[in-house]
Amino acid sequence: MRERFITLTSPVVPLERDNVDTDQIIPARFLKATSREGFGDKLFHDWRYDSAGCPRPDFVLNDPTHRGTILAAGKNFGCGSSREHAAWAIRGAGFRAVLSPRFADIFRENALNNGLLPVQLPAPFLERVFTVTRERPEAAVTVDLERQEVRFEGETAPFDIPPYRKRCLLQGFDDIDYLLSIRDKIILFEKQHAL
Amino acid sequence: MNTLFDKIWDAHVVEALPGDTHVLYIDRQYIHEVTSPQAFEGLRRRGVPLFRPGQVTAIPDHNIPTLCQHLPVADPLSRAQLDTLERNCVAHDISLFRIGTPHHGIVHVAGPESGLTLPGMTIVCGDSHTSTHGALGCVAFGIGTSEVEMALATQCILQPKPRPARVRVEGRLPAGTCAKDLILHVISRIGTAGGTGYFVEFAGTAIRALSLEARMTVCNMSIEMGARGGMIAPDDATFDYLRDRPFAPRGAAWERAIERWRALPSDDDARFDAEFTFDAGEIAPMITYGTNPATGIPVTATIPPAADPQALAYMGLHAGEPLVGKRVDHVFVGSCTNGRLEDLRAFASLVKGKRRAPGVTAWIVPGSQEVERRAIAEGVRDTLEAAGFVLRQPGCSACLAMNEDKVPPGKYCVATSNRNFEGRQGPGARTFLAGPLVAAAAAVTGEIRDPRELM
Repeated sequence: MRERFITLTSPVVPLERDNVDTDQIIPARFLKATSREGFGDKLFHDWRYDSAGCPRPDFVLNDPTHRGTILAAGKNFGCGSSREHAAWAIRGAGFRAVLSPRFADIFRENALNNGLLPVQLPAPFLERVFTVTRERPEAAVTVDLERQEVRFEGETAPFDIPPYRKRCLLQGFDDIDYLLSIRDKIILFEKQHAL
Repeated sequence: MNTLFDKIWDAHVVEALPGDTHVLYIDRQYIHEVTSPQAFEGLRRRGVPLFRPGQVTAIPDHNIPTLCQHLPVADPLSRAQLDTLERNCVAHDISLFRIGTPHHGIVHVAGPESGLTLPGMTIVCGDSHTSTHGALGCVAFGIGTSEVEMALATQCILQPKPRPARVRVEGRLPAGTCAKDLILHVISRIGTAGGTGYFVEFAGTAIRALSLEARMTVCNMSIEMGARGGMIAPDDATFDYLRDRPFAPRGAAWERAIERWRALPSDDDARFDAEFTFDAGEIAPMITYGTNPATGIPVTATIPPAADPQALAYMGLHAGEPLVGKRVDHVFVGSCTNGRLEDLRAFASLVKGKRRAPGVTAWIVPGSQEVERRAIAEGVRDTLEAAGFVLRQPGCSACLAMNEDKVPPGKYCVATSNRNFEGRQGPGARTFLAGPLVAAAAAVTGEIRDPRELM
């Protein structure tokens, strides 16, 4: 069982960049750990800290006016390496949802497998989130998984999620629980499809 | 009217859930030291045994030194990760190709070369460049660690089915260009996300004419245009490549396999959800100027006016300037993209009779033990050494710089690998992606040059 996801209301942390790749989310040199914990501090490490390890004041995660559990980013978020450490790092830093006009395929699956909801939204909707947040960082976004919609400042945008994935998140199940429950079916498949 | 992709995928669906999420049966899983420890930990926590150890092969590659591999690994964190892989393989009875043993290498070089990757299979590995294996006509793609755990526990993963797309490249590649130029050209047109949601079949006369090693270079970089994977229909060249490989079927089993594999190619009337067509004759030696792999331009071109200013600032470059003549500090030849024998041969053919330019640090890293052995046997190493280069030992090396092969901050590296992301080759490192010939031209001149002028 993992933590359930039902609805979430929070200001967003705006990362207005396209093509944020998983090497930026968590650089390769931090992948030497053998557990899933401890990656949150390393999230966006080389954008967040200078070479001496001091926080860069111009990076949004170091800006005290932007605090929240929803990360909003440009298109093609999570491209590149398949490292699930990227999802662990975002989750480890306290985020529960990421908003983007488009996610890279592997990242989307990795996020879903870690209770981190990837919410794909039309670019103009997200543009408005960015614009309003610049003026009023406290403006809150609501991600409603049950109704599959995002609400912001009186506007609503629907989002897609496969029904199976939705059920898993709402109930706190994961894929392995499900796959283990159909083991007999898998064994039967192997018998019928001697490859 | 089925595609190559549909035929293989559909034959492996154990169960279809609503919304096109499939329980997909996996024929072969490769694991390495970086993305597997947490998966084994998950199995232990759940008290679940490994389901089909015989279908799993482990090869350490990301985190290993490329010199003095007979010595213990110096970095304690890397060593701990390698020891963990060793322990997990022993505990679960998984076949492990240890460092320094004959089948060892980068997973995506050693796997196909050993005959473990075969047409018609479904293959996964916790590495996005698993798409490489698709060159042999299988459905191969990268997965995250949770999915590694699923596959270890049940030999299945849950996946939304990607849609089939086709990239056709027709005509002949001009002299002085190679598979890397072809794929950099394609990605520069399709963009970093143009392939998102698709599984891409590469087809057309230019693709057919490629060797299997060159096809692997092409499929390897499918992920760089966002595609879930890439693949090429198996043909006689594929079968010739696989025949007599150590783990390939033999005798009657081989004959039966070939018969099955001949039915795999897409039917003539197969439908693709997207089609892209390119003329091979338009392809020139390519190089990237930016911080994503879609920023490829012909090596003789100037940086486009619309280039992303943030990327140019990172790279220390300006819109409108030519790349030819730019100083180069490092050259890296290797990786699952271009670490095969043909790549080393191409590099050697250009540096033969010349000398490494003063001030250039070069890392020439074979993709596997087999590549290293053959490079030595046919004199490629001698040619390299006569020109002032060292042939190192197999591993991922400076492609992602997890080991000590790191490009220093601010330095320029021409790399035959697959990613030029910020910091990919070390914090602050600036990467120009290119093929082995452009890399060779840089290695002997110390600057970006059109390799055709030096051949």
